[in-house]
Amino acid sequence: MQKEEYSKLSEKKTKNSDCIKDVTKAFAVGGLICVIGQALFNLYTQIFIIDEQTARILESVSLVFLSALFTGVGLYDSIAKIGGAGTLVPITGFANAVVSPAMEFKAEGLVLGMAPKMFIIAGPVIVFGTAASVVYGVIYYIVTMCMT
Amino acid sequence: MKKISTGTYKIESPVKFLEYCAVVGQKEKEGPLGDYFTNYSADEYFGQETFEKAETQMQKEAMDHVIKKSGFTEKDIDFIFAGDLLNQCVSSNYCVRDRSMQFFGLYGACSTMVEAIILSSMVIDGGFARRTIAITSSHFCSAERQFRFPLEYGSQRPPSSQWTVTGAGCVLLGDGIMREEVPFVDKVCPGKVVDMGITDINNMGAAMAGAAVDTLKRYFEDTETTPEDYDLILSGDLGKIGHKIVIELMGKDGYDMTNNYDDCGKLIFDAEKQDTHSGGSGCGCAASVLTGYLLPEMQKKTFKNVLFMATGALMSPILNQQKESIPGIAHLINIKI
Repeated sequence: MQKEEYSKLSEKKTKNSDCIKDVTKAFAVGGLICVIGQALFNLYTQIFIIDEQTARILESVSLVFLSALFTGVGLYDSIAKIGGAGTLVPITGFANAVVSPAMEFKAEGLVLGMAPKMFIIAGPVIVFGTAASVVYGVIYYIVTMCMT
Repeated sequence: MKKISTGTYKIESPVKFLEYCAVVGQKEKEGPLGDYFTNYSADEYFGQETFEKAETQMQKEAMDHVIKKSGFTEKDIDFIFAGDLLNQCVSSNYCVRDRSMQFFGLYGACSTMVEAIILSSMVIDGGFARRTIAITSSHFCSAERQFRFPLEYGSQRPPSSQWTVTGAGCVLLGDGIMREEVPFVDKVCPGKVVDMGITDINNMGAAMAGAAVDTLKRYFEDTETTPEDYDLILSGDLGKIGHKIVIELMGKDGYDMTNNYDDCGKLIFDAEKQDTHSGGSGCGCAASVLTGYLLPEMQKKTFKNVLFMATGALMSPILNQQKESIPGIAHLINIKI
């Protein structure tokens, strides 16, 4: 049997994820995380009377903390099982991507085990995030220069 | 030993399953075959500090149990053939490091148990050994660590993915002069590496099914038999997808596999209740189902003539990232009683 024919047969026998169901769940869980973020922002600005810029930073820090905590007690992956990209895309997903390998590889030692392995998943996000911000910066610089 | 046609071998002196044992984890104990698994641990660390050491511990427990129950000592056993999924076959190496038996470390991915039994049968039949041990293992947590993501990472597993079995299976094979009626290896058909171009690491069943079909067809042609001649045909860990592909492709060549063909990966878990998607996988899958379920059932004569075929996806994460496809292999033995 040819590889192309086999590939078609394999695809035919492989059940795909239910896209509409997954997207709905991701929207709900991701939306909920954003609502929690907004609630934290309102709490910081209205109850604790913190200025908006600091409150935004505090909001992100709080979400990162909560995500790390939930990862640590073994709950985050259960939420992610339902939420999918809804838990992956917000900043909580980034925290989970750093904390989970840190927990996993501590047996190999702090310096050669945990520390380098902390970035096995988050590393590409940092690299391409930094590269994208440089490109954005250059475009922004050129556009603002042309407009003035 | 006699070669039949192109690649199936008849084991002429009886190579018997003198003793066998499976050691599994909690999830496997809770599965449909749970009642068959008397040796299990609710602690996923098996009393150790790390998952790699836990896997070694499973092998040690299985081997100790087999040797003790058999009444033999290590001096009576000539070779150990062992393997697992971890780099450098560490679970096996560390299991045997305090043993006095001569050792061969094998890697055939999830097909290793049958690879070990085939090699054992050949050396016993060839007169190089009287008794050998074949043992393999896999552990969900150590395999995830090496091949996929950290356990607490919120990744998604697609419906085609399989769940690595936490389990070890050990058999003591021998020329059988001391034992009466026990299951024995009648024929062996070593596998060829077959690559059907599958690149999806979450679809191992499809990656291995091509090799399974190749081995089955060669075996049936060599022995001039058909699936109906056997009480049961059991593959290692093709899961739901690989199982369906095998039935369809064998059907196209005139071999009806719909009546008596099953898969260890499908048997060991309840895919719906236990959320294992396409089924179980890993070296421990075929090994624990063989030693925990199949051999005891053959001893009871529920099945008298069985084809047992362990399948392996020879996947390397590095080669996969280099856009290489996943080769598969399937080793087959005919067990009779």
